[in-house]
Amino acid sequence: MTLLLYRVDDRLLHGQVVVGWGQPLDIDFIVLVDDSVAASDWEQELYRMGVPPEMQVYFLSATDAIREIPRLRADSRRGILLTGDISTMHRIVEGAGVDAVNIGGIHSGAGRVQKLRYVFLSPSEEAELRELATRGAKVTAQDVPGARPVGLDDLLTGSELT
Amino acid sequence: MSDAPGEHANVLRAIVAGHGDFANGLVSAVQQITGRGGQLIPISVAALCVEDIENLLRGRMIDTGVRVIFTDLQAGSCTMAGRRILRGMDEAVLIAGANLPMLLDFVFAEGRDAPEAARHAAERGRLAIAAHGAGA
Repeated sequence: MTLLLYRVDDRLLHGQVVVGWGQPLDIDFIVLVDDSVAASDWEQELYRMGVPPEMQVYFLSATDAIREIPRLRADSRRGILLTGDISTMHRIVEGAGVDAVNIGGIHSGAGRVQKLRYVFLSPSEEAELRELATRGAKVTAQDVPGARPVGLDDLLTGSELT
Repeated sequence: MSDAPGEHANVLRAIVAGHGDFANGLVSAVQQITGRGGQLIPISVAALCVEDIENLLRGRMIDTGVRVIFTDLQAGSCTMAGRRILRGMDEAVLIAGANLPMLLDFVFAEGRDAPEAARHAAERGRLAIAAHGAGA
């Protein structure tokens, strides 16, 4: 098929990704794009152990991912591309072009303000999300498939926070 | 002072961590069934990033001296954080895929070293899973 989902999730490979999205989308592989994980065998082993054996995981730096994305999109299998932060996804959108970006989880941290139950953003991250939109990517927040997607405007205003 | 069985029935011995209300629910069930839920520290990690989960679990382990973590899912953030913590804590043990029978076995094994009791409980928990019904 191709890459079915481009997701930003600071927990990287975890239950929502592997089970929550992986099962309904019938995912065959996950591309984890993170420069530090791509440079660490131990971190890769840690994440690989959390994934069912029938699911492949590829660990790529952002630079390598941009180079590999055309091949991954032509792959007959079904995949998810995952980054741990907006900046890395920004590089992917700039380097390879992406139609839609899913904000799956960005949790509390210094300088961040809560926008949704599972999304906290700093001003610079908000600006980067707007930049993704101007580059043609439809940005929505949605933690699990059964949840209603929240559009970028509603996400940034925090109007959906309950 | 005697050292009778049950005397340390509610000494802290393990952390239980997982998605949603998993930890509170399991610990509540252990308490209801045995009265020994005080051995377990339930931790919920909603809204925390990976680093904060790791810091929270590590802090509770250091503060309490607990060397056992039970988590819900092999691929879960708590399991990932726990495995990172265990890297520098050779005597500690993490059990992923915890269930109620497992924790019941654990809280009654108060005479055992906690990591050893956790390994034993993991096997009990695995054996306690069964499918019932005509199609099973």
